Amino acid sequence: MRGATHARWAACAVAAALTATACGGGGDSGGGSGTGGASGVLSSSWGDPQNPLEPANTNEVQGGKVLDMIFRGLKRYDAKTGKANNMIAEKIETSDSQNFTITIKSGWKFSNGEAVTAKSFVDAWNYGASLKNNQKNAYFFGYIDGYDKAHPENGGKQTADTLSGLAVTGPNTFTVKLNQKFSTFPDTLGYAAFSPLPEAFFKDHSAWLSKPVGNGPYEIKSYTKGSQMSLRKWDAYSGTDKAQNGGVDLKVYTDNNTAYTDLLAGNLDLVDDVPAAQLGNVKSDLGGRYINTPAGIIQTLAFPFYDKAWDKPGMEKVRTGLSRAINREQITDTIFQKTRTPASDWTSPVLGTAGGFKEGLCGDACKYDPAEAKKLITEGGGFPGGQVKISYNADTGSHKQWVDAVCNSVNNVLGNDKACVGNPIGTFADFRNQITQSKMSGPFRAGWQMDYPLIQNFLQPLYYTNASSNDGKWSNKQFDQLVNQANAETDQAKAVGLFQQAEGVLRDNMGAIPLWYQNGSAGYSSSLSHVALSPFSLPVYNEIKVG
Amino acid sequence: MGRYVIRRLLQMIPVFIGATLLIFLMVNVMGDPIAGLCGDRQCDPATAAQLRKEFGLDKPVWQQYLTYMGNVFTGDFGTAFNGQKVTELMSTAFPVTIRLTIVAILFEIVIGITLGVVTGLRRGRPVDTGALVVTLVVISVPTFVTGLLLQLLLGVEWGWIKPSVSTEATFGELIVPGLVLASVSLAYVTRLTRTSIAENRRSDYVRTAVAKGLPRRRVITRHLLRNSLIPVVTFIGTDIGALMGGAIVTERIFNIHGVGYQLYQGILRQNTQTVVGFVTVLVLVFLVANLLVDLLYAVLDPRIRYA
Repeated sequence: MRGATHARWAACAVAAALTATACGGGGDSGGGSGTGGASGVLSSSWGDPQNPLEPANTNEVQGGKVLDMIFRGLKRYDAKTGKANNMIAEKIETSDSQNFTITIKSGWKFSNGEAVTAKSFVDAWNYGASLKNNQKNAYFFGYIDGYDKAHPENGGKQTADTLSGLAVTGPNTFTVKLNQKFSTFPDTLGYAAFSPLPEAFFKDHSAWLSKPVGNGPYEIKSYTKGSQMSLRKWDAYSGTDKAQNGGVDLKVYTDNNTAYTDLLAGNLDLVDDVPAAQLGNVKSDLGGRYINTPAGIIQTLAFPFYDKAWDKPGMEKVRTGLSRAINREQITDTIFQKTRTPASDWTSPVLGTAGGFKEGLCGDACKYDPAEAKKLITEGGGFPGGQVKISYNADTGSHKQWVDAVCNSVNNVLGNDKACVGNPIGTFADFRNQITQSKMSGPFRAGWQMDYPLIQNFLQPLYYTNASSNDGKWSNKQFDQLVNQANAETDQAKAVGLFQQAEGVLRDNMGAIPLWYQNGSAGYSSSLSHVALSPFSLPVYNEIKVG
Repeated sequence: MGRYVIRRLLQMIPVFIGATLLIFLMVNVMGDPIAGLCGDRQCDPATAAQLRKEFGLDKPVWQQYLTYMGNVFTGDFGTAFNGQKVTELMSTAFPVTIRLTIVAILFEIVIGITLGVVTGLRRGRPVDTGALVVTLVVISVPTFVTGLLLQLLLGVEWGWIKPSVSTEATFGELIVPGLVLASVSLAYVTRLTRTSIAENRRSDYVRTAVAKGLPRRRVITRHLLRNSLIPVVTFIGTDIGALMGGAIVTERIFNIHGVGYQLYQGILRQNTQTVVGFVTVLVLVFLVANLLVDLLYAVLDPRIRYA
């Protein structure tokens, strides 16, 4: 969700990265700033965050990088497995999947000396949920009781400043009451929006914004908005995942090509967004200092189910036929240079099989088969109006290339040059506008970047009736029912099974066509080692060693 | 003279209002900017409505424009979506771009005019032909090619410069970007000066000056060059505005955080306040530069007077 278009959150890096240290020859000195050892500072490419740097207001990767360095929440997702492990949380208990008692570890501190208490969390969550604070991630608190009062829908008057479902019961304990059963709620708490906030945030908000203070392994030394942020290792950090380097200098680049050139010239240490144009020669430029690993991002084609022509019975055949007419392997190999993997379900490989990823769940419906595709499309009555238009935003990413390739593939299958055409829309904002106003007349590009590594996050927000990101307005009673059951299920394996059944319903109706899983890619200088990307495609900065 | 200046300043008012209105409408036509703020997810309607209200986007366009203009006259250019004041963005971006423009203009004046004088005085000689060919090449190659090529050669292959400019953007770092930015105009300046010099060389007053035995140096600088500079000054004057606003490509290549960068980002994010604010200032720069050019005419050519 967080703009997979704007910024490529990319990858669950990992094992590959560990083997990738300094294989590239090159006698260059690597990043000019590295001085070696645990005190070495590395420089990394950055983009200007789109929103003010508040935890509940940051929904794209550039701001996310900073929050990931200066904040630690109740849970933290393992950079390799994506599993939610306790960080500040001592224990999170529940007997009914609806009322939770959270105990935090004592001794944690913010870098300004304040202690991290239960109140730090409750205050932060109340702030994030309250409508008057304009926090773009407010919906994360939507499961907590009282959200409808603190954040009324459509024009309603806000009647409460705080969430009635939150109560501080001691210096280190607080309780959370949800408005529905949600067994995997604790696993969502690793998301940045759930970070604790110090008193300083509320006392002097503008001062905090110009130099945010958190409780993570780094503290901000200086911040020049729009150009550079210098983060340094915070020696008194309370956690066990201390920074392995002296600090990180984030430099804003307007163009990722310039960042890449700077990396080649030894002027920059880490680029976490290798430009598409360079993918072809990145191996020869960087040798082993290039990582390309799966991220929690899936690209799909959504359909306008509010348009009768796409919703009438029999159309599921056309939709499935369209899916089978797309040669995913060829497109990911040639256009994306293997930085995408053909999708065979509606989740992401970063979930792992235990987490709900099931390769091949889509089955034949996602396999390229020209003859079968043609047959299905004809049986279903053909495309509405004889032509399918795939809409996309033309301002970012390489959407034009792949949409044209998809259409080309479909046209070849049907032997008709005009069966499928791309429909470019000038800006991302305009594209989103037309989607929100239900103005799409055919399939459109849909990207999903996970919030937390749970199968629930790949299904419920996107395909549940009237869910927040159900842009195509797909609705299916059986699917909704299975999701409800899964949410109420306390046994994780059973819950995952139910979600996968729901996914089966999605497949049989082809509510959206899965295209490919997106990878994260990064390149780094020879002075760095232990570089990896998390499942959220953020570089795991605290693990990087300089020199 | 004073009245002339006042008249010109008054003429700026309608131009200024028209230009800002046009930009304002153009940015508005692109649609609702709030929808782009939440990534691939639909903004939750309550927050979106609240944001629209805060940025005044829920009002009709004419009212938005009037409010905006009212604020501009009190020095308030609004707030960008990332919470920064537009005036704050300007105070960081303009100094950088002004430095870049100064470097570029200096290149134009020093190299452009010198080359122009040399070739103008030696028409038809190898120097002249050589310079003509070089300027032809420079004019026909797009800036981004020159920029990327120099960046790759000087920055990566030979390591003479850093491929990108640091946050401070000192004059030293801006030499190569400035040269790239100036390259096309520089070629034009050379050609303009050359033609003008070559033409005036045959005029009566130059022959008289030579005949009465003035030193060659004085003939060229005091008589020939001064009279030949009028078209060149016009060109350089209008070029100031063009360079400041048109540096987007160069600024992107060398990662310079100037006006071009803020404009580009403002347009991508449909940030009306940023775009209109920066363009308004650019329009002012353009108008003032043009006025200065007109006034310079009188200095260069005593025959021109403003009543």
